[in-house]
Parts: sequence; structure tokens; C-alpha cells
Amino acid sequence: MSDCMSKLVRTTADVMFLFITVFGFYIVLHGHLTPGGGFQGGAIVAGGFILLIVANRLEDFLKWFQKRSFQSCEVSGLVLFIGTALAAIPLGYIFFKNFLNGAGGLFGQAVPFGINSGILNTAGTIPIMNIAVGIEVLGGLSIIVLYMTSGIRSHEEGE
Amino acid sequence: MRSLAVWFTLVILGIGLLFTAVTIPFGSPAMSDMDDYFIAHGQEQTGANNIVTSIVFDFRGFDTIGEASVLFTAVFGVSVLFRVRKKEEDYEYE
Repeated sequence: MSDCMSKLVRTTADVMFLFITVFGFYIVLHGHLTPGGGFQGGAIVAGGFILLIVANRLEDFLKWFQKRSFQSCEVSGLVLFIGTALAAIPLGYIFFKNFLNGAGGLFGQAVPFGINSGILNTAGTIPIMNIAVGIEVLGGLSIIVLYMTSGIRSHEEGE
Repeated sequence: MRSLAVWFTLVILGIGLLFTAVTIPFGSPAMSDMDDYFIAHGQEQTGANNIVTSIVFDFRGFDTIGEASVLFTAVFGVSVLFRVRKKEEDYEYE
């Protein structure tokens, strides 16, 4: 486990990581227009990180990304999600009210009824919640595999 | 005697489930009021063109809060299970 994989695998993983990340964030950002959403896109981005963890040495990966950044990703995603839901209460609506929909501002463009017109700037709080859940899932699934890899390593070294 | 009772229960249960599955037609009577409401009003009420996302993140937002909390709790459990201890004395709690 202390060895890394061959140079071919590592280079392929490094190149594919960029495309996987871009595709995952595309799924997250277009969650209110196309199939997908926060959970699915976040899982795809976390798959890219897991590919890096598996292909490279753990020390090298921890040099590039810190454990703490994944933890803060997860926590900030959950806080942003619940905060968006709670933000409707001071504005005079009920909990989970979609107060940005149709307001004209951020994500507030009115959507024409009928066939999907593909306007990204619609759906009110739904894209914000998608992004929050995506950040949370990407941090959570990556940190699970990171913890498990650290546990295997410390076990193999005889603690 | 005990195995006979077990077999008897299994046979009765199997006959009952098969009878239910064969005789009652699937999806009848059609209770499609809520589906029709979502399909008719989801686009204008939530602004999302994806009906599934509008249900998951708007109509049933409490469910999604629960899912996010479950994921957070799962990560917390894994982090407790796989925590790295440097020395043997770290096992002791104060």
C-alpha cells in the first residue's frame, strides 16, 4: 500500500481528474435543468478525488489536498443548505419557501411554461441548494475513502 | 414438530403473498392526484424545469435535509472508527 501505481496509471489519473471534476460540477450546476443534481454531481467529483487517492501515494495526495479542506467542504455545504432553508424565515416566509423564484435577481428569471428552454438563471433557491449538497457530498465521500486509506496504512505499519 | 410449524407458516405466507400479487392488478385504483399536481404546477411554482429536482429540493425539502444529515452522521461514524492513534496509551480515556 505504501507503493504507488505505475507512471502510466498516475498520469492517466492526473489527466482524467480534471475532466471528471468539470463534468461533476456541470452536473451540479445544471441540476435544475437536466437529470442529475447535487448528490450525483458531488459523487462524481468525489470519484475523481478517490481516483487520485488510489493511484498515488497517500503522502503525495496529502501534500496536494489537506484533510481539513475536505472536512470544511462538508461542514460548509451542510451549513449553506440549512442556512438557505432558514433564510426564508426572516424574510417573512415559511421554512423552505423558494423565495428567490421569480424575484428577478439571482436565479430569479421567470421560466416559460412548456418545453425545457434551458435558461440557467432560474429556479430560485434550488441551484443554491444543489451547490450546497454537491459540496457536502464531495467532501463527505472523499473523506471517507481518505480515512479508510489512512487506517489501512497505520494497520500495515503495525501501529 | 417445530419444523412442521415453520413449514406451515411459510406455506401460508407464500400462498397469501402469491394470491395478493396475482389477483390485485398493479397500480389500481390509480391515485394520481399528487403526480398530476406536480406535473401541472411544478414548473411555475418552483421555476425548475427538472420535475425530479423540484420535488426533491422544494416540495420535499425536509427529506433532503434528512439525507444530508444522514451522510454527515455516516462520515462522522467512519472518522471515529478509523481514527489513527499514535501510541498505545491513547486508547485510555480520562
